[in-house]
Amino acid sequence: MAVTVSIPTILRTHTGGEKSVSASGTTLAEVIDDLENNHGGLKARLVKEGSLHRFVNVYVNDEDVRFSGGLAAEVKDGDNVTILPAVAGG
Amino acid sequence: MLVIRRDLVDAMVAHARRDHPDEACGVIAGPYGSDRPERFIEMENAERSPTFYRFDAAEQLKVWREMDANDEVPVVIYHSHTATEAYPSRTDISFAGEPEAHYVLVSTRDPIEHELRSYRIVDGVVTEEPVKITES
Repeated sequence: MAVTVSIPTILRTHTGGEKSVSASGTTLAEVIDDLENNHGGLKARLVKEGSLHRFVNVYVNDEDVRFSGGLAAEVKDGDNVTILPAVAGG
Repeated sequence: MLVIRRDLVDAMVAHARRDHPDEACGVIAGPYGSDRPERFIEMENAERSPTFYRFDAAEQLKVWREMDANDEVPVVIYHSHTATEAYPSRTDISFAGEPEAHYVLVSTRDPIEHELRSYRIVDGVVTEEPVKITES
């Protein structure tokens, strides 16, 4: 199951500057593990204590995964996964 | 240094005043590589709070896609502080995820005089920068 993952500027140090990379998996958690195998350090920027970091938004196609199971969200062949840093503060 | 048109400054201040006492937030997009803010985009503060802001995730995706399609980047990311000075809070610093953006803070704590300042926030380090306002 190959998906395309869009990487935001702040994480491109882990992808050698690439804006988009491919990864495989049937859930978001598997996709992130696969990303980590090829682009070490990415997982720690996305996952904290077994769930998605609150500083990042992850979308499968156009859907925010917070509403579709978080790391357990299913992905299908050809899906687009988009990672964006949350814009937030106090 | 942030170089920005006066009408864009006025638009940020007006948005901050209108949403006071809740925090207002938004983006000013500009052509990639230009470092010039051009297109003003008010964002929804999904938190609707006087002490916190967060872009609505769905709206953010839509706006970021538009910028991508236009070859634009978020040159300015602004928000307001409604009871404190225009300086990044600890949460502002920990969330700052756009190292190439100018983070603009507008304080509306004084009902008449606003305060507007600009910063770079990179890897948890805040650097204030001068703001040069142009007429066109």
